[in-house]
Amino acid sequence: MVEKQFKVIAETGIHARPATLLVQTASKFESEIQLEYKGKKVNLKSIMGVMSLGIGQGADISISAEGADEENALQSLAETMQKEGLTE
Amino acid sequence: MSFLQGIAASSGIAIAKAYRLVEPDLSFEKKTVENAEAEVARFDAAIAQSKTELEAIRDNAKENLGADKAAIFEAHLLVLSDPELLSPIQDKVKSEKVNAEVALKETADMFITMFESMDNEYMRERAADIRDVTKRVLSHLLGVKIVNPSMISEEVIVVAEDLTPSDTAQLNRQFVKGFTTDIGGRTSHSAIMARSLEIPAVVGTKVATKDIQNGDLVIVDGLKGEVHINPTPELVEQYKKENEAFEAQKAEWAKLKNEKTYSQDGHHVELVANIGTPKDLEGVINNGGEGVGLYRTEFLYMGRDQLPTEEEQFESYKAVLEGLAGKPVVVRTLDIGGDKELPYLSLPKEMNPFLGFRAIRLCLEEKDMFRTQLRALLRASTYGNLKIMFPMIATLDEFRQAKAMLEEEKAKLISEGVAVSEDIEVGIMVEIPSTAVLADQFAKEVDFFSIGTNDLIQYTMAADRMNERVSYLYQPYSPSILRLVKMVIDAAHKEGKWTGMCGEMAGDETAIPLLLGLGLDEFSMSATSILKARAQIRHLSKSDMEKMAEQALQLPTTEEVVKIVKEAANLK
Repeated sequence: MVEKQFKVIAETGIHARPATLLVQTASKFESEIQLEYKGKKVNLKSIMGVMSLGIGQGADISISAEGADEENALQSLAETMQKEGLTE
Repeated sequence: MSFLQGIAASSGIAIAKAYRLVEPDLSFEKKTVENAEAEVARFDAAIAQSKTELEAIRDNAKENLGADKAAIFEAHLLVLSDPELLSPIQDKVKSEKVNAEVALKETADMFITMFESMDNEYMRERAADIRDVTKRVLSHLLGVKIVNPSMISEEVIVVAEDLTPSDTAQLNRQFVKGFTTDIGGRTSHSAIMARSLEIPAVVGTKVATKDIQNGDLVIVDGLKGEVHINPTPELVEQYKKENEAFEAQKAEWAKLKNEKTYSQDGHHVELVANIGTPKDLEGVINNGGEGVGLYRTEFLYMGRDQLPTEEEQFESYKAVLEGLAGKPVVVRTLDIGGDKELPYLSLPKEMNPFLGFRAIRLCLEEKDMFRTQLRALLRASTYGNLKIMFPMIATLDEFRQAKAMLEEEKAKLISEGVAVSEDIEVGIMVEIPSTAVLADQFAKEVDFFSIGTNDLIQYTMAADRMNERVSYLYQPYSPSILRLVKMVIDAAHKEGKWTGMCGEMAGDETAIPLLLGLGLDEFSMSATSILKARAQIRHLSKSDMEKMAEQALQLPTTEEVVKIVKEAANLK
């Protein structure tokens, strides 16, 4: 299993478009991917799971992946986070 | 063949097949299923069909309406692929042996309740997405067709109970030739929209959705407020001729496009347009508008998930100012509340929204939001002739507070080295009787007035303009309204300021002679009314209208006012 921490810097947090892109990216991989915020873990392939966390600006989150393509998955998600201006 | 009488909301004649934009019946019963595997397969098939349908809608929206409008369908597609939604439904069918409709509804309701109970308005709005998606899947399970207005691909007349801003956002202007609704009046959203799109419309027919079926041939007569269902070929012919005559009349008016507006005796007034978005500029220019008298900025804030950024607003304001190349543009700051809601601001429901927390009252409280808009406006000010107007001002103190915030933002921008125009006029909407009555005091501090008649009439008469049962009290020609209008105009002139009007009344052929006589300086109306108004004013003598207006102010009833206007202005 691989895991990475992020700090959300986007003013609007993980809303609408960024959430959509994260879920779309996660869904491309075989691995089980989880998003953790404030001790709550959700499936990152579930838009409703991600939305239900209500992640706002300044949140400390962690993404973990487990499976055959876990390295690629985490790499790809980190890139999406950065490209969308969610994190530095 | 049958006939409906409604309210003429947008002029012109349209003849096309009906397209009903109504909610389908998605009711179902709870059943026990024998073969759970087959039921799950039926559910999976409905999901697959819903996805195919949504993909087509998304692609079409992307192409015809823009990526921002398509984003909502992208979100819906993700919900349809969500394992956390699908697995519980499939499990429920298997373990409880219930039909897929029940499993879907119960599972979705659980999520909807969860999202609705969150303390973030944006999250609460997501409940609506799940509801929409559930409806689509249900329709496939039940074999019922649901309407997809964004997919209309042939010329139609849209038939609906009412049209909301999100409905109209999805309509393809190329194919929607006209529309007719059950409810609404001349000032309802659907009517204003129709005029800005230049689509003939008849609203308030009460029974359009009951009497008109999909595919019926419909004539919408937006001049007389009539709707004809499955007309005879003779009537269709007659209407085609009338339409030609109307087009010819328009061509005649079009000759006045580049003229200024003078009365018969040489008095100049400005005819300007009401707009909602930069897209409406084309209409203003094509119809010979001498500027914009009301730019309703609330459309920038509506139909989205969060507040528009300063940059987005700046781009819109700049586009309008540049588009009008130095002609005056009166921008009204955010007027939300009342009948216009912003879900993401999470404002509580009110008993009397028109008398409640709206417009400037809201902006003075939501300071960050208001300051963002003011900054965007100030930054755009160097691209044209900007005038800023605050809505719903009831007291001088409100105006002073708003003006002070504007001045503070201006000073900040200048200290940041950002260019700001030096001569931005700052005025107010006069739509609350308290302000009209005290206009002499306001006139000392504001640069201009713009009378918002829709609200001024509603507040003066204490008659909700959305309530059809008191619609007889919507009396623009009432001597009480005329006296208020006169007080405002006279107060402005005494201080060397100007007065405009940006309600429906300013473009009304019966009101124009009165307003010209009362000395109104600027008439702001739907762009499509400008040329007709210009043609009318050219045939009116200002001094004759002054005498007539003086007389009207002394009359006891609306009926008597209308009578003398029609005589003096040669109206039918």
